[in-house]
Formats: sequence, C-alpha cells, structure tokens
Amino acid sequence: MNNPQLDKNGQLKHLLSIEGLPRAILTQILDTAESFAGVSEREVKKVPLLRGKTVCNIFFENSTRTRTTFELAAKRLSADVVSLNVGTSSQSKGETILDTVDNLIAMHADMFVVRHAQSGAAHFIARHVGPHIHVINAGDGRHSHPTQGLLDVFTIRRYKPEMHNLRVAIVGDVLHSRVARSEIHALTTLGVPEVRVIAPKTLLPTDVEKLGVQVYHDMHAGLKDVDVVMMLRLQNERMSGALLPSAQEYFKCYGLTQEKLALAKPDAIVMHPGPMNRGVEIDSSVADGNQSVILPQVTYGIAVRMAVMSILAGNTEAA
Amino acid sequence: MHLPDAEQLLAKLAEAIRPLLTGSTALVGIHSGGAWLAERLQPLLGEDIPLGTLDISFYRDDFSRIGLHPQIKPSDIPFDVEGSHIILVDDVLYTGRTARAAMNELFDYGRPAKITLVALVDRGGREMPIHAEIVGTTIALDPKQNLELARDAAGKFQLKLTGAA
Amino acid sequence: MKIHIKNGRLIDPKHHIDGQQDLFIAAGKVVGVGHAPEGFTANQTLDATGLIVCPGLVDMSARLREPGFEYKATLESELQAAVAGGITSLACPPDTEPVLDEPGLVEMLKHRAKLLNLAHVYPLGALTRQLEGKQLTEMCELTEAGCVGFSQADVAITDTRVLWRAMQYAATFGYTVWLRPEDYHLARGGVAHDGEIASRLGLAGIPAAAESVALSTILRLAAETGARIHLCRLSTRESVEMVKQAKSEGLSVTCDVSANHLHLTDHDIGFFDANCHLKPPLRSQRDLDALRAGLKTGDIDAVCSDHTPVDDDAKLLPFAEAEAGATGLELLLPLTLKWAAGVNASLTQAIARITCAPAAIMGIDAGHLGLGATADVCLFSQETYWKVEAKHLISQGKNSPFLGLELAGSVTHTLAQGHTVFQR
Repeated sequence: MNNPQLDKNGQLKHLLSIEGLPRAILTQILDTAESFAGVSEREVKKVPLLRGKTVCNIFFENSTRTRTTFELAAKRLSADVVSLNVGTSSQSKGETILDTVDNLIAMHADMFVVRHAQSGAAHFIARHVGPHIHVINAGDGRHSHPTQGLLDVFTIRRYKPEMHNLRVAIVGDVLHSRVARSEIHALTTLGVPEVRVIAPKTLLPTDVEKLGVQVYHDMHAGLKDVDVVMMLRLQNERMSGALLPSAQEYFKCYGLTQEKLALAKPDAIVMHPGPMNRGVEIDSSVADGNQSVILPQVTYGIAVRMAVMSILAGNTEAA
Repeated sequence: MHLPDAEQLLAKLAEAIRPLLTGSTALVGIHSGGAWLAERLQPLLGEDIPLGTLDISFYRDDFSRIGLHPQIKPSDIPFDVEGSHIILVDDVLYTGRTARAAMNELFDYGRPAKITLVALVDRGGREMPIHAEIVGTTIALDPKQNLELARDAAGKFQLKLTGAA
Repeated sequence: MKIHIKNGRLIDPKHHIDGQQDLFIAAGKVVGVGHAPEGFTANQTLDATGLIVCPGLVDMSARLREPGFEYKATLESELQAAVAGGITSLACPPDTEPVLDEPGLVEMLKHRAKLLNLAHVYPLGALTRQLEGKQLTEMCELTEAGCVGFSQADVAITDTRVLWRAMQYAATFGYTVWLRPEDYHLARGGVAHDGEIASRLGLAGIPAAAESVALSTILRLAAETGARIHLCRLSTRESVEMVKQAKSEGLSVTCDVSANHLHLTDHDIGFFDANCHLKPPLRSQRDLDALRAGLKTGDIDAVCSDHTPVDDDAKLLPFAEAEAGATGLELLLPLTLKWAAGVNASLTQAIARITCAPAAIMGIDAGHLGLGATADVCLFSQETYWKVEAKHLISQGKNSPFLGLELAGSVTHTLAQGHTVFQR
C-alpha cells in the first residue's frame, strides 16, 4: 500500500501521522526546526519562504492554542493565513467536509492545516485534494497529532541529545490520546530504546505493546530511572464513562508529584502537551519546578511547525 | 587550469580588510565557505571582533523550484546588527544572488550602518547589481564549471574546480 | 416455453449431482435432468459448453432499500443486480423505512417484487415492533403475508426478558428467529474490531466479547425456549466454537457468515478505507481463519452477501462517520468460489453453501434442480476473471471493499421460473 504522505520521490507531500514516516524524514524536520528556533529569537521573526502562499487552518474541532501556533508559524514564513473555525460556520449548516475543502481550494489555498474530531479525517481530506496542495494534520480524533509528537521529540533532543540511551515514560490516558500515539511512533522510529506507558488498564488501548512500548500499571515502578516523563491530559469526561472513579484517586495513583518524580533520574525532564489539569495529572510544584520544560515546548512548537510547512512547500511537484 | 593558492588569497584579504576596521566592525561569513573564511579571518584581524554566520537557505530566490536544502545550519548572529559595519564574507562571488539573500537576511536582524562585501574569488557572471569591494582574485570561468572552496582535515583551504570547460 | 440447457457441467448439491448432464425445463419447472422427458421439443436451447449449471443462488441477506431508502437503491436496480449475480431467491432484513412489522407492508413488498419478475423476494419480519425490542409483532399474520423468519436486523434487544418471550412466542409456531449476536453496550460507539489495528488508527473498538457474550445469552435462551435460531454474520473464532458446541448438544441452531468476512480482516482498513466499515466489523486473521474453516466443516451453514448498498455521500466521510455496509449481490458467487479455492473445498461444497443450505434455513423449496423444482437456474463461467469496478456493478451501491480487485466467476445466464432474467 503506498504511503499517502510521500510523493513518488519519497519526499513529504502531506504530514498526516508519524507512523509510516521514515526516520530520515523525521530527522530532516527536526534539523530544519533547529534553524527556525533561532529565527524566533530575532527582532524580525519572519523569513520569506512562504511568501505568496495561502495557508488555511480548518479546525472542525475547536482549539485556540494549537490554531494560534499554526497561525504564527505560517505568518513567520510570510504566508497569508486564513483560519476557519468550522463548528461555528457553514459545517453546522450541513455543508460536508469536502464541500468546505473544495470552497477553500477554489480560493487558491496551497496548504491546509486540519483538526477534526474523527480519526482518519486528515487522511480523508488528503485523498481528496489535488497534487499541489499539502495537508497537515493538526489532530484527528484519537489517531494522530504529528506536529505535537515532533515538537515533543525536538524538546527531548534539545535537553537529552543522546537519544539512543534514553528511558521515556508516557503517563496517563493513552487510550484517548492522539498525542501519545504520535509520541510513541516518533520515539520508537528515532531509536529510543525504552518507551514506557503508565496507566490503569481502562486507559490503555488493546494490544498497546504491539506499538513497541512496555506497559506499567504501577507508577512507582514505571518512573524508576527514567530520563523523560511525558504527562498526558486527563479529560473530565473520563470520570463519567466508567473508566475512572474520581480525579482524586487518579491523582493518587497516576498524578505526578515531587515525591514520584524523585524516582526518576535526578536530571529527568517533565513534559506536558498542555493544557494542564493542575492537581489531576500533575502537581503545580512539578509543573512550575526546575525540571519542567513545559514552556519551552510551546516555543519549539512554532519552530517545528515552521519546519514542517517549509519542507512541504518546498516539495510541491513542478507543475 | 592552474588555480591560485587559497591560503595566500586569505592572507591577502586580511591585509586588505585591516584598514577598514572600526569600533563597530563585525565579521559575518556566509555558509559554508564564507563562514570558514570568516572564522580564519577573525584571529588575523582581532579576536575581539564579533563573528557571525549566515545560512541563507530561508532567503534563496529558488525555493519554489528546488525546495528546502536538506542540510540547513542555523544562522548565528551573536551581536547587535543595528548600526554595525558588517564585513560580509563569501568564498566565490558569481551571480550575486547569494549576496543578495545574505543582505536580506541581515536586514531582518537589524539595520546595519554599512555592509562591505569581501570575496575570496570573483568569477564574474553577475546577474544582480552586486559589487565586492575586496576581492582575493578574479577568474573567468565557463558557466558549466563549478568553483568551490574546500577545507582539509588539518583546516587548510584549497580551491577546487569541477565540470567541463 | 421449453428450454434445453445442454453441454454444461450440472452441479446440484442437494441431489448429489456433479457431471455433464443436460437440463430440461418446461412451464417454469425442471422436467428432465440428464435426459429429456418423452415428447420434449425445445423452443430454446442454451449451449452451456464450458459453463457450470447450478440452481439459482439463494442469498440470505440482501438489503433492497425499499421501502424508504430509495435514494440509496430501488427494488428494481437491486433485483437486477441480484440476477446479474446469479441470485434467484433472497431474504431481505426488516430494517426498511417503515420497518417491516405490519403485514400490509410485507404484502406490498412481495407484490412489487413479483411484478418485476426478477428474483424471488422473501422478507424477514421484524421480531419486535419498530425493531425497538419492547413489543412482539404479529408473527402469524406476518408469516401469512410471506415472512420466512423474524429478525432484529442490526438492532440488539437489550431487555433479555423481551428476547426470551419473543423466542418463546416464535417457538410456539415453529418460526425461526434470526439474530445477529452483538451486545448493545459492549459494542456501543465502536466502529472497528477492538485490537491492534483499531488501537493504531485511534478507532473506537468493538471487542470480540461483544459477540460471544450476546451469543451465549441467545444460545442459553434457545435451549430454554426450544426456539429455532438462525445466527447471522458470525465474525469471531469464539462464535464458531460456541455454535459447534451448541449444535452438538442438539440445539436447533444454524448460522451464516458474510462473504466479506471470508476474505478481509481489520488490516484491510489500511488508511481508513470507509468501504471496510462494516457490521459486524472486520476482525483479526485468527477470526478469518476460523470462519473460513468453519464454513468448510459445515459448522457454519451458509454464506450470504449481506448486500448493503450505501450512497456515495454516506461513504465519503471519515471512517467512523461513514455508513457501514458493502454492496455484495454481484460478488456472492465469485467470493464463494475464491473461498473454496483457498480452503480446498469442492465446487459442490461451495455451491451448496449458497443454494440448498440457505434454502433449508429459510424453509423454501429453492436452491435445487430436482424434478418438479422451480426452474431457477444459474449458468456461470468459473474461469472468467472480471474487475470489480463501479462501472461494472449494476447495483446502485458501488461501495465495495473489493474495488479494483479481479475475481473469477462470471454469471452468463440467470433463469427465474424458466424465463431468462439475465444474460451477459
């Protein structure tokens, strides 16, 4: 089955999921992002790479933070940016996804950044667009959030460059998390030798070990000697779906406190894709503590997204 | 074709630049050959002169045709460009597009007081109105030929010519 | 009309026939097998050289979308598709709009189908009113109107007490209850088999237990009530074992499998191919192997197409939102032949699973070519390959997970009651 993300030359055409991407492409994105991180620190934070191009953010599922970082990334590449929050516009009037996309294509959009509540939505849209249009998945259901996975490993690489020696633990609701799936694929593809998931059985997908991770139900055992702790957000609705009894019990067993963090290596870093539920999955003192790299993650998010957009725009097949 | 000695040209550049130095001079080399040259020029001209490097990948005018270069090194300008006198160093000056891209990028860091372009070799064939004030040597080459600066394991420079005459 | 079908290889599993035998038809019935009856002069001769001649196929589940869903398909288009697939008798589930829970609706459907003079339609009546799982339907009246059994289609009965009573009532009259075993709560919200693929793709899973738990309940209640049960669309290894066990205990139970589930697994979903969104979901290789083997041993009695035409718009959506179902009337024969080739089953075994076996379960005199039988005949070329493409499909539903594949087995002629209703 040919990989829908790659063009016939094996170059990136769409970014839909980390799964299925060769290691070389992941590394290319991360290396390119290094340069963009520098751009963000300058006075003039723009470069002219996407001048004249139109980037459309189509968010069928609301998100202010992710949409804002994509907008910033596109603007810093000098692109024209259009953001559509479809929940409030024509979609709710019954317009199909494809009609929405077709209308934007008719307005000469070059790149779509798509977020949708259904797994597979980005693949669905990518199948439909013509060869000169690129699709970036900004999160589809539980399936994938590739730019988040990338910015997470970019962050890890910055603080812990010896990736072939690391132990990484992902803690929380893996079952419902597209971020976790993308993180797992990115880490395993880049050769991180030990990736652990720590969660109660109700929050782990069936056969999760087949993704290349070690499963722990006991957080004390799971955090022992890890170099990186990646926390996942716990949605409120998990308490009402017969998955968990209460936020208090969850925090007791799976919340990250100073005491539990001490089981990891002393120089371990703490990450969170945000937004955080303080006191549910993570204690404030840890979130704000000196091992936390949660704020730098946000900064790197812009650089990584700029890298993805530039690489895609540069791979447009000659007409 | 007998190519000139790059090390000798480097020494010649250093002597030509020396009279231009002021308190606000900074050296900026364009990746990769220009950056190597600037690194070698700094100790010759004064260790306290600020040194920066530019990767112009994000400012090239052929991005839509050939895409992003697979190996991008981050640009590094660790001083304030505003009001500075930049000695912009490149290895081979040809069409002038690299120098144009470098200047565009520099202006995104700040407004320099002056930019002086320095090239180890000027091979003619300008497509942009770009002029290097200081040049090591001038060589006429066929468009099919490619002139590059190479650096060996010991750090010694050599000019290399490839392609049919 | 007197018809002589000559030079074909006649396969009639019910009568243990497999060989070069001519078939003779008069007044819509079979009047001679192997040699002509006395004084027979044919008006029409069909040369079946190189072809297989078998009973018209019997499909245990085909959604015709009438009444109510005419934008998806019509009786006419789907019955044309059926005969193009060699199918001359089919059972349709009651999940139409309105639901087939009133005798008048059943009569109308049968009447409309009869006027079209294509395949014979045998409706399944709803087991409970509106399929809601609360009130019983008038099973006697519905049977008189033409229903061959009572079904809940894809709607599970959550109140076990109602299920128990429905079975008891049906058992009173000897009616067959057709149920697809799936526990409502365990399957709720799921769109794919709960396993590695669903986990990777982030699709909500339906565990195999959803089927085994419900099946267990159905079998225990069947034992208590003595009802005759037909289990629809088995999809798991466990189900096959449970049915085998139940049969050995003497329970009056039969079962079928969908042709799709004889060839596909959850891996075929690939990059979210909505044509693979089916009910029940496509499961693992282990399950596939068990279904294929179970059909060969006869633990699974029959194959059906599970024909479910879906309009293009309803499939052009992200996987979970797309409507479930695959078109299948024209694929029943080639997919069954492909199964047989893959498990080394004989042609007779294969044809039995789509002729006399389903006919027996439906309680109709069809699926065989004995003397006096209705002349429903299918002629096909076993070796002719054809590509499954939207433009080659007669059904209005072009939604098939087999699009682009080449399959062997092409129907050349279909006769219903001695009339040629399809010719390629």
